[in-house]
Amino acid sequence: MEYNGGAVVAMVGKNCVAIACDKRLGVQAMTISTEFPKTFQATPKTYIGLPGLATDVQTLSEKFRFKVNMYKLKEEREIEPRTLAHLVSSTLYERRFGPWFVEPVIAGLDKENRPFICSTDLIGCINFAKDFVVSGTTSNQLYGMCESLWEPDLEPEDLFETISQSLMNAVDRDCLSGWGAQVTVITPDQVITRTLKSRQD
Amino acid sequence: MDTLVSKYANSASSASFDDADNLGQNMAGWDAASQFALPAFDIPMVANPVDFLRAHTDASAENRIRIQHGTTTLAFKFQGGIIVAVDSRASGGSYIASQTVKKVIEINPYLLGTMAGGAADCQYWERELGRRCRLYELRNKERISVAAASKILSNMVYDYKGMGLSMGTMITGWDKSGPQLFYVDSDGTRMRGERFSVGSGSTFAYGVLDTGYDFNLSIPDALELGRRAIYHATHRDAYSGGSVNVFHVKETGWVFHGNFDVNDLHWEYQAQPKGPIV
Repeated sequence: MEYNGGAVVAMVGKNCVAIACDKRLGVQAMTISTEFPKTFQATPKTYIGLPGLATDVQTLSEKFRFKVNMYKLKEEREIEPRTLAHLVSSTLYERRFGPWFVEPVIAGLDKENRPFICSTDLIGCINFAKDFVVSGTTSNQLYGMCESLWEPDLEPEDLFETISQSLMNAVDRDCLSGWGAQVTVITPDQVITRTLKSRQD
Repeated sequence: MDTLVSKYANSASSASFDDADNLGQNMAGWDAASQFALPAFDIPMVANPVDFLRAHTDASAENRIRIQHGTTTLAFKFQGGIIVAVDSRASGGSYIASQTVKKVIEINPYLLGTMAGGAADCQYWERELGRRCRLYELRNKERISVAAASKILSNMVYDYKGMGLSMGTMITGWDKSGPQLFYVDSDGTRMRGERFSVGSGSTFAYGVLDTGYDFNLSIPDALELGRRAIYHATHRDAYSGGSVNVFHVKETGWVFHGNFDVNDLHWEYQAQPKGPIV
């Protein structure tokens, strides 16, 4: 996780969820790119965040795109976020003894538009949470920010503000993350993605 | 309370300060030689103190004691004297401990030292250098040369070679023979030079410094070059950041030329049109 750096956080609001990531791609100390978002759309109302080793981030994002598409073709419906979480988990556990170096985060609304978020470790242990999940090299700082800023039943705009402030202030205490951020807020009738301007050091 | 104090107090000092008669004796005991002796440090009571310290500070140690490491510092000579520019980030591992560190150490009005590596090592030894330079001034009724000052520092740290000191510093100033710039590190290296950059971001800073450098640069242009080189290093190097501190060393001593947040600099430079490199 420390080789390329990166941070992902997801939060639950009132009938909405938000997922955010930083945009740095580094090779240890050297920043290679500042246009490397780590969240990917899985279904219209579900996103996967993949912080970790960049090569595995790219491979897995494609792997999950393939699996989600195959699921849709077979089932003739979109995959539910909870189902996706188990798909991610079993995909990771397949490599129990030579793991993918990623710690995924899943955020979305299910078919009843109920918020769902979870995170897993690099071999697929799922952590279901009712409030927020954090992942990546900035996880300690993110826990600190989320524990103090998050509150229940935030409206989409307030949730956006809360997750943005949490991420930006967390990455400002981490050498390996930052250089811009991307925030996605998912509500029953729309998905809003915004790019944040943040410190470039 | 008094018994408690007397139990822990140093018996010699408590007696001498209370007793006016002993005051003279105490002063007579002032030993010039001891003032120039190397400071003594408590050594852990283990078979091998060096290995003991290393076991706790190495990257592989389970509970690592992390010491400030990432840095970008630079200094260069030019027509108008010397420019010194540094970043201000202190990191322990990947954690950012501070964004407002003073990495230029003002040894005296004519001498500047920069800080890279262990923050404590740089601060302690450059302060000790400042003390010795002051004593030299009092004894010889003239200021110490930069060459002599930097050699005092390199000799002091050389005595502790292999014991884990970590510092890469530039000593600059203006003496009888003009502007002077030296690189001194904890391995015992001491080099005179025109242009130096030290720290994890030094390669990035050199890139900008070498392309923009000209001995005949005007003072405002030289200050801008130093500032820009540090900014670019903070952008690319994860372990450098915060703000840039810029100093100008001239015949009348050093002058501080401001603190600039690199985030403000980034958007300022971003808005500027990009000129040709060559």
